[in-house]
Amino acid sequence: MIIEAGRTERHYWLDLWRYRELFRVLAWRDLSVRYKQTVIGVLWALIRPFLTMLVFTIIFGRIAKLPTDGSAPYALLVFAGILPWTLFSTGLSDASNSLINNTSLISKVYFPRLIVPIATIVVAFVDFLISFCILLVLMVWYRFLPDWRMIMLPIFVSLAFFASVGPALWIASLNVKYRDFRYVIPFIVQFGLYVSPVGFSSSIVPERWRLLYSLNPLVGVIDGFRWCILRGQSELYLPGLFLSVVVIAFLLWFGIRQFRRMEKSFADLI
Amino acid sequence: MAVVSENVIVVENLSKRYLIGHQVSASGGRYKYTALRDVLGREIRNFARKMADVVSGRQVVQGDEIEEYWALRDVSFRVKQGEVLGIIGRNGAGKSTLLKILSRITEPTEGRISLRGRVSSLLEVGTGFHPELTGRENIFLNGAILGMTQREIRKKFDEIVAFAEVEKFLDTPVKHYSSGMYVRLAFAVAAHLEPEILIVDEVLAVGDVEFQKKCLGKMNEVSRNQGRTVLFVSHNMDAILKLCTQGVLFESGIIRAIGDINTVVPDYLTSHPPSPEVVDFSGKARPGQFAERVRLAKVCPSEVGRAWVFPFGHQLSIDLSIHAKPSVNEVEVIVGLYSIRGFEVATWSSAVDDVALRLHPGTNTFRIGFQRLRLLPGRYLLAFSLFSNRGFEDGILEAVQFEIMPAAEIDPNKMDGSALVSATVSVID
Repeated sequence: MIIEAGRTERHYWLDLWRYRELFRVLAWRDLSVRYKQTVIGVLWALIRPFLTMLVFTIIFGRIAKLPTDGSAPYALLVFAGILPWTLFSTGLSDASNSLINNTSLISKVYFPRLIVPIATIVVAFVDFLISFCILLVLMVWYRFLPDWRMIMLPIFVSLAFFASVGPALWIASLNVKYRDFRYVIPFIVQFGLYVSPVGFSSSIVPERWRLLYSLNPLVGVIDGFRWCILRGQSELYLPGLFLSVVVIAFLLWFGIRQFRRMEKSFADLI
Repeated sequence: MAVVSENVIVVENLSKRYLIGHQVSASGGRYKYTALRDVLGREIRNFARKMADVVSGRQVVQGDEIEEYWALRDVSFRVKQGEVLGIIGRNGAGKSTLLKILSRITEPTEGRISLRGRVSSLLEVGTGFHPELTGRENIFLNGAILGMTQREIRKKFDEIVAFAEVEKFLDTPVKHYSSGMYVRLAFAVAAHLEPEILIVDEVLAVGDVEFQKKCLGKMNEVSRNQGRTVLFVSHNMDAILKLCTQGVLFESGIIRAIGDINTVVPDYLTSHPPSPEVVDFSGKARPGQFAERVRLAKVCPSEVGRAWVFPFGHQLSIDLSIHAKPSVNEVEVIVGLYSIRGFEVATWSSAVDDVALRLHPGTNTFRIGFQRLRLLPGRYLLAFSLFSNRGFEDGILEAVQFEIMPAAEIDPNKMDGSALVSATVSVID
């Protein structure tokens, strides 16, 4: 093995594969530590999205009287938006801070650094699976059974996953260099919650703005979720979905590229 | 065991540069007083510079002045298979930087290294230990971090637990462990690594004496009996002499001596330049970025013109200056006395002696005279650390070197050790 200045790792992806066990262990560590020393533990993963749903349903559905898609209950519409949004936002904020939260690892041991932020997003994914149970309960409550479209859901889940990986990698690496980003992320997440169609259906956006609106990658993801869960009562706006996928792919490529570029200096800067 | 003379590590013209920033503070004597205008001007200049750095994608350095610092400069050496190489040098000589580059944690600025075989490095005991997880869980976590597969760990699990002597507490979160247990467990995991090249940084500095012996034994076994190549950094010359066959001596980033360990260690021991009479700490390497509120300023022998050489039996007395900001009004001073080989001989703590060291803003000087301490002729080092009610504030290892002159009544052939004690004797039979 050769170590040299500015040498790009030829076996980077192979190395990543070799360290898959560390990846698993780190994800497991974050998971088992996540709700330690809390009283209600894993219930937090249920309560938070549930309360958000309640508030959004009351504000947007009852008070603002926004229309739902077809005949779907408003609470279900909101929850189908909250699920991907929570996966995206917890993934993004946890992963962005993951490198500086693992300073001691990064300054004392070698491993492909990509492992750290992605392992934290996996933790967010587990939270997602837990809150998915609420969806099932809601469906039983409203006697609203899904149809064949539900099978397509994993595609949109992975889309949500990749939507958070791209920006997270970029921000995580910037965060090592410029700690300013630590303060930027909560802002992005808060802002994004209202810019994305979480509490309302994206069909209320005027037709001519719809494509522009889909530049927000979460629009395509959330619409996809609703399409799968609500028996197609929210129709899928295909040009918008396509645009969202392109944006997600671009951010993913860009995030990985920026991360790889700065990865070698992490130990010096952190 | 057959000795294979093959170079497993080849280091060529290795250099590493860091950028460091300095704070130009009022205590540095640059400004007599700080006016709001000055502060604003400085902040705006800093901000403009940082923005320029961000735009050009350079590293952002905190501070008012930026300096390039070469931690390693043009370093070349080779290590053969099965050799145990001791890397020695004073703090800040570049040893740890070298190990970090060898472990691929950081990239060199110039030069190249070729390595043959799997490398494991142990730069810290217990890297990645999580306080909330149990001992059992941490073994798996730490093992994975150090590059072991889960299968390997499972196979060695019992051995690791037995070595660490923590059977009873395996399912207790390690935050409830004593520091001794913690270190034992951490070292036990690391000791069961099986790489071709093992890199170890100063891990013996922690833990009790009994355990240090155990670790040394284990390291010896790994290197001697299993034919692995080991790079070992330590300030403890006895450990270095026991373990290593070859040695490299670093001094401010360059190699000063290289070769057989028995010739390199004496080089190191005599390389300490005699301390000047007044030792100024302003440029000394400190652990971490502390020392904003209280700083060690300087130290000199109490007797003017004495320099750092004392006759045997003479009372050791020093004048220690501490610079304090108004927010701190009392401090605890701990003085560590080390033999030149790196063993701690004695410690003094102002708190244990119940001496209150009150501070006024600015420079405070205290005269510290050590009582009932009779050092044998030889060379010694002093280390200082300061604690406030907030905890650790500042510390300097190897702050001063001094010498106790030989004396007629002390025959070095009869007496070993560092300090002479008195005893009462009575005839009982």
